[in-house]
Amino acid sequence: MTSLVFYFQVHQPFRLRRYTFFDIGVHDGYFDDTENARIVRRVAEKCYLPMTDVLLKLVEKHEGKFKCAFSVSGTALEQMELWSPESLANFQRLAATGCVEFLCETSHHSLAFLADREEFEAQVKSQKARIKALFGKEPTAFRNTELVVDNRVARWAEELGFKAILGEGADHLLGWRSAHRVYRPETCERIKILLRSYKLSDDIAFRFSNRAWSEWPLTTERFASWVHALPPEDQFVGLFMDFETFGEHQWKDTGIFDFMSHLPEAILRHPRFSFATPSEIAARFDPISRLDIPHPVSWADAERDLTAWLGNHMQRAAHEALYSLAPAVRKAAAAGRTDLYEKWKKLTTSDHVYYQCTKWFSDGDVHKYFSPYSSPHDAFIAFMNVLDDLARRVARVQQETPVEIPTP
Amino acid sequence: MKVLMLGWEFPPHISGGLGTACFGLTQGLAHHGVEVTFVVPKTWGDEDQSFVRLVGANTVPVRRWVGVERTESGPLVAAREPGDVREPEDVVHATPPRGPVRAGRVVEELARTKTLETTLRLLEVESTLRPYLGESGYLQYLTEVTGLSSEELVRRFQAAPEDARRAVRELQAALFEPGVAGASVDTRRIEAVLAREEKLAFSGFYGPDLMAEVARYALVVGEVARHEPFDVVHAHDWMTYPAGIVAARISGKPLVVHMHASEYDRSGEHVNERVRALEQLGLGAADRVICVSHYTANTLRTRYQVDPDRLRVVHNAVTHKDQVEGWHWEKHVPEPIVLFLGRVTFQKGPDYFLEAAARVVKVEPRVKFVMSGSGDMLPKMIERSARLGLARHIHFTGFLKGADVERMYAMADIYVMPSVSEPFGISPLEAMALDVPVILSRQSGVSEILRNALKVDFWDVQDMANKILALIRYPALAQQLTEEGRDELSTFRWDVRGKLVREVYEEVVA
Repeated sequence: MTSLVFYFQVHQPFRLRRYTFFDIGVHDGYFDDTENARIVRRVAEKCYLPMTDVLLKLVEKHEGKFKCAFSVSGTALEQMELWSPESLANFQRLAATGCVEFLCETSHHSLAFLADREEFEAQVKSQKARIKALFGKEPTAFRNTELVVDNRVARWAEELGFKAILGEGADHLLGWRSAHRVYRPETCERIKILLRSYKLSDDIAFRFSNRAWSEWPLTTERFASWVHALPPEDQFVGLFMDFETFGEHQWKDTGIFDFMSHLPEAILRHPRFSFATPSEIAARFDPISRLDIPHPVSWADAERDLTAWLGNHMQRAAHEALYSLAPAVRKAAAAGRTDLYEKWKKLTTSDHVYYQCTKWFSDGDVHKYFSPYSSPHDAFIAFMNVLDDLARRVARVQQETPVEIPTP
Repeated sequence: MKVLMLGWEFPPHISGGLGTACFGLTQGLAHHGVEVTFVVPKTWGDEDQSFVRLVGANTVPVRRWVGVERTESGPLVAAREPGDVREPEDVVHATPPRGPVRAGRVVEELARTKTLETTLRLLEVESTLRPYLGESGYLQYLTEVTGLSSEELVRRFQAAPEDARRAVRELQAALFEPGVAGASVDTRRIEAVLAREEKLAFSGFYGPDLMAEVARYALVVGEVARHEPFDVVHAHDWMTYPAGIVAARISGKPLVVHMHASEYDRSGEHVNERVRALEQLGLGAADRVICVSHYTANTLRTRYQVDPDRLRVVHNAVTHKDQVEGWHWEKHVPEPIVLFLGRVTFQKGPDYFLEAAARVVKVEPRVKFVMSGSGDMLPKMIERSARLGLARHIHFTGFLKGADVERMYAMADIYVMPSVSEPFGISPLEAMALDVPVILSRQSGVSEILRNALKVDFWDVQDMANKILALIRYPALAQQLTEEGRDELSTFRWDVRGKLVREVYEEVVA
C-alpha cells in the first residue's frame, strides 16, 4: 500500500508599513493593518474559502478515504480571526471530520531555531496549545519554517514530543535513496522524518499552468498514471505545498480546483493506493535507515538552503540585530510588557528577511512576487527602523540607560 | 558598416555625461566592426599639447583633422596626420594624476583596443559649440573661449565672405521658419541651400548667436559628408540634429538621431521653443531614434508625438577604467559626507537635496553635505541653505574637473542624484565605481536598469532623508550596495550596447 500524503502550508506575515526614520520614537504602529487585512481577505476569497470547500466535499464524497494535513502559522490564524473568521471556521470544519491532521510549527513562522533555542521552544509550545484549542487535538507532527530541517532541529522536535517531522527530499540529502520511505534522523531515537517528493509536488504547485511545460495541460488521469507507476515498495508520496497554490499561484481559470476535485477518485481507482496523514505514516512504518542532515535543508529555490533568508549582508545584519534583542524583550515581558514581546515576535516572522533577498536580481522574479516593497533595500530600511524604535521602548521599560541596537 | 557620428567632446575634454556616452558608444561599436568617423566641434587655440603627445606616445593612428577648409585642389585637407605627432616615447607615464591624465587613461585604453586602430577617425571641426549651451549667455561664452570682445566677434562675422554668411542665414531660415511644434519642415529649402556650389570658407568665424552657429556647423558637416564614405549618419542631441539632416540629405544615407536629454528634461515646462523645434525637426527627419531609457522614449512619445515604431531604447553603459595605483585619497574628516555632484540647475534637483539635508541634520547634526558643481541655480541654493539653517553643515565646492571629481566621489560616504528629470544619469555609476553607495531619483533612466541603489521620488524629501539616515545608521546597507553594485556595474558594458546600436543601423541600411 502506497499512500499519498498531502500537506498544505497556510501562512500570512504581519507586513510592516513603510516605517521611516522619522517615525522612530514617535509611534509604534509598525504593522500595516490595512494592507494585511486586504491581502488576507483577498486570499480568503480566492483560495482559503473555495479550496477548503473542495476539500470538505472530497472528505465527504470519499467517506474517510481522502485525507490531508495542514500547518497554519500562528500569525495566519491571528489574521483570520481578525479579518476572515469564515476561513478559520472552514479549517475547523475540516479538523472535525477526523480526516485532516493539523501539524505544529513555530507560532510566528520564525527562524528562531537558528539563533535562540529558548525562543524556538516557546513559539512551538504556544503554537501547540493554540492548535489544540482551535482544532481539538494536540499536534504530533512538526514542520519547521520553510520546511527547514537539520539533525539539531530534528532532535529538538523529538525532545518536544513529536512523533514525526517533515523535510525536503533534496537530492543532495538522499543521494540514490528514495524520498518515498520513512527515515530516522541521524541524531534521534524515536522521531521519524517524512520527506517531500519534490517532483510530483512541483508538478502541481509550480508547473500546473505552465504552457511551456511538455506535460501541459496536466490531467488527473496523467498525474494518477505517474503515481500508479511507482514501485510497490514505496511507502508514501509526500505532496507538500503552499496552500496558496490553489487559487493564488495557480488561478481558478487554470482548472486547478477541478484537478484537485477529481484527483482522489483517479488515485483510488487503483486498489494499491490510498491517502494518509503524516502521523499515520509515522505510526505505520519503521524507518528503513538513518538519514544524516548535517546542514539545514529547506524547500526553497534550486539550492534548497537558507540563502533566500540569510544570504546577504542586510539579511544577516537584520537577523542578528533582531535576536540580540531577545533577552531584553523577554525581560520586558516579565515586567508586564507582553505587548512589546508580541511585537518583537511578529518581527521574527521569516518573511521580513525574505523581502530583503537580493537573489532574484539574477534568479528570476519568484521572490519579488511575494514582496510588498519596491526593493529589498527598502524592506531592510523599514525593518531596521522598526527594530530601532522597539529597542528604545524595551530599554525604557527596563529603566536602564538607553540600549543602542548593536550595529551589525 | 561605416557611420558618420556627429558627437561631442572627444577626450581629453570631457565635461559631462554626453561626451562620456559618445566616446563609450564609439568603443562599443568598434567591438562589432563598425567603422566610425567621429566628428566633433572644437574651438581652436584650445589644444592640449600634452594630450597630443600622449596620443603619439601610444602611436594611436587617430587622424586629427584640424578644421575643415576647401583648397584650390578641391578636397579637404588633413592638417595633421598620425605620422605628424612627435616623440613616441617621451611622455606621459610619469605625468602626475591631474586633469590630462584622467583622459590619458582613456586614451591608453583606446590604444589597447586593437580594433579601434582601423575603425576610428576623429575629425575636429572648428566651432564654439559645446554641450549644455543655452541661447542666453552664448555671446559671453563666446568671448570667453575666443578671448575676443563681442564687438570684435561681430566685426569678424561681418568680415566673413558674404556667400558663407548668406548660406548660414538661409539654412537658419529654412530650419526655423516652420518653427512650430510638430510642423513638418520643408526640407526642399534646406536642400536648396545645400545645392549651391559656393566656396565656403568657414575657418575663423563663428556664428554671432547660438542658432547661427548651429546652422554654420551643419554646413561645415555637410562639406565633410560630401567627401567621407559612410552608410549611416548618427547625430547626438539637438545641436547636431541640423548637421545630421544636412549630412543625410547630401549623401542620401539614412539618419539615426540619439536623444540623451530633451528640452523638457533640461527646462521642465518652460521650454525654449526654438530648441524644442530643432528637436522636433531632428526627430521627424530621423529613420530611427535611439533613446537612452524607456523614460526618455516615453517623453518622446508624449511630448513630441514620435511614432513608437521608430523608437529604440539603448541604455548607456560604463567606461571601465583601470584602477591607477596610489589612486586613493584619505578622507580627512570623520563625519559622514553626503554628496551632490552635477550642474546646479533645475533639471538636477539641487533644492530637493537641500530640503532632505535640513531634515537629516535635525537628527544627525554631525553629517556634512557637499554640493559640487556650478549652474544658474547656485546663488539661490547658497541663500536657501542659509535660510534652512544648513550653513554649518553644507559646503559648496563650485565646479570640479579632472581628478578632483574622482577625489570628491572617493571622499563621499553617500552620493545623491535627486534629478527632477534625468534621461539617463551616468553619475551614480561613477560614484559606484568608487564604492560609494547611491540614492537616486526614480525619475531617471538609470533607475530602470540599476538595482543596487536606493531609489526615491525626487519630491519625496522625507524619504530621501530617511534613506540617507538609514545608510548612516545601518552599515550593512552600504556594504550590500557597494559589494553587489560592483558586480552589477561590470555588466553595463559598451560592447553590449554597441551591438544594439549596430542592429539599429542594420534596420535602416538597405
